Amino acid sequence: VALEARIWGCRGSLPTPGEATVRYGGNTPCVEVRTPTGGRLILDAGTGIKQLGARLEPDGPVHVLLTHLHLDHVEGLRFFAPFWRADTELHIWGPPSPLHSLEERIARAFSPPLFPLELSDTPARVTFHDVPHETWEIDGVRIDAQPVSHPGPTLGYRLAVNGSSLAYIPDHEPVLGVELADLEPEWISGHAIAAEVDVLVHDCQFSESEYPSRVGWGHSSVAHAVQFAQRAEVDRLVLFHHDPDRSDTAVDSLVERACELWDGTSPTTPVAACEGLTLQLP
Amino acid sequence: VEGRAQKHLALILARELASQLATATFIADARGELVFYNEPAEEILGRTFAEAGAMPAEGWASQFRLEALDGEPLPMEQMPAAIALMQQRPAHGKLWMTGLDGQRRLISVTAAPLFASPTDFVGMIALFWQEPTPDDA
Repeated sequence: VALEARIWGCRGSLPTPGEATVRYGGNTPCVEVRTPTGGRLILDAGTGIKQLGARLEPDGPVHVLLTHLHLDHVEGLRFFAPFWRADTELHIWGPPSPLHSLEERIARAFSPPLFPLELSDTPARVTFHDVPHETWEIDGVRIDAQPVSHPGPTLGYRLAVNGSSLAYIPDHEPVLGVELADLEPEWISGHAIAAEVDVLVHDCQFSESEYPSRVGWGHSSVAHAVQFAQRAEVDRLVLFHHDPDRSDTAVDSLVERACELWDGTSPTTPVAACEGLTLQLP
Repeated sequence: VEGRAQKHLALILARELASQLATATFIADARGELVFYNEPAEEILGRTFAEAGAMPAEGWASQFRLEALDGEPLPMEQMPAAIALMQQRPAHGKLWMTGLDGQRRLISVTAAPLFASPTDFVGMIALFWQEPTPDDA
């Protein structure tokens, strides 16, 4: 196995516990990626990161790669156990902003009145990094980050090692007011990040009937997710960022619809992310 | 991403915006390559973008004959779009342009550089309007 990814949270917008979401889960986005050398990368810090943090042993640096700073992607950070251990070396990567540093922006969520403590009160050794423009490496994994279409500075990530690759674009509206089918690949937001990956974890917040009243909210319909994945020629599509109003049964229906739309470019039909799902890349 | 072409998101969003506007809009990347103009611009430039296609800076700068209001040839460095590209500052001007259909039109141009961050110049967007001339009266 080159990379192994485990889903700790895949709900969009708002944590949604309850009997209607037991199978797919109600925690907001967090994906753990284990590298071939035993390293660990964490994609986003939604509420799913709390359970992950409780199981992490202090056995090396922890890297958290944030796609953006909307609350559903960072709200778990304050309750991430390694943050509160002095022996943790924590690296937080995120999108650059023209005005404020990543640390300053995250500190807003780590300060009164939103939180009783300040970021400076946390004992861990934390380093904040703006993602670089060029490819960089962590634990032998080549990482690319590029801005994608979503309100505010937002990234998609591509992780690649030993010929395997995973793309993570949890919040994404790939086209606005134009047809995806009409665009050359280089004009499709996020295309280079997703092109020909083994696994694409991608936004699928809306049904096709919901999307027209939510244009510009920064999310995909199931048709967008499938069409984007097919334009990028990915092997496997994992539907992510389930709407908080979507019950398990309704997510099942979206998966059925995605499979109907899947035209067989890859024999592996789309699946929906659920908490505990483990993806082993070849 | 190594080996994979991708336009900057700011250009992608600018093109999506332009495709929804009734105002003629022209977009170039940081190297000055014309990457898109919309349907209202096609009316003024005299050729569809599908026909013209993307073209390098020297290509589009020479294809459209530009004159100052007094009819003298307009040096490239005085074109609002060129100012936005080369000096990376906004510019506005009124000029005569002969499009690819051979028609001479009086136009106003407002051009602005596109920065994705204070140091990340990604291109230029120019909006332009055809102005009434004494002949129209």
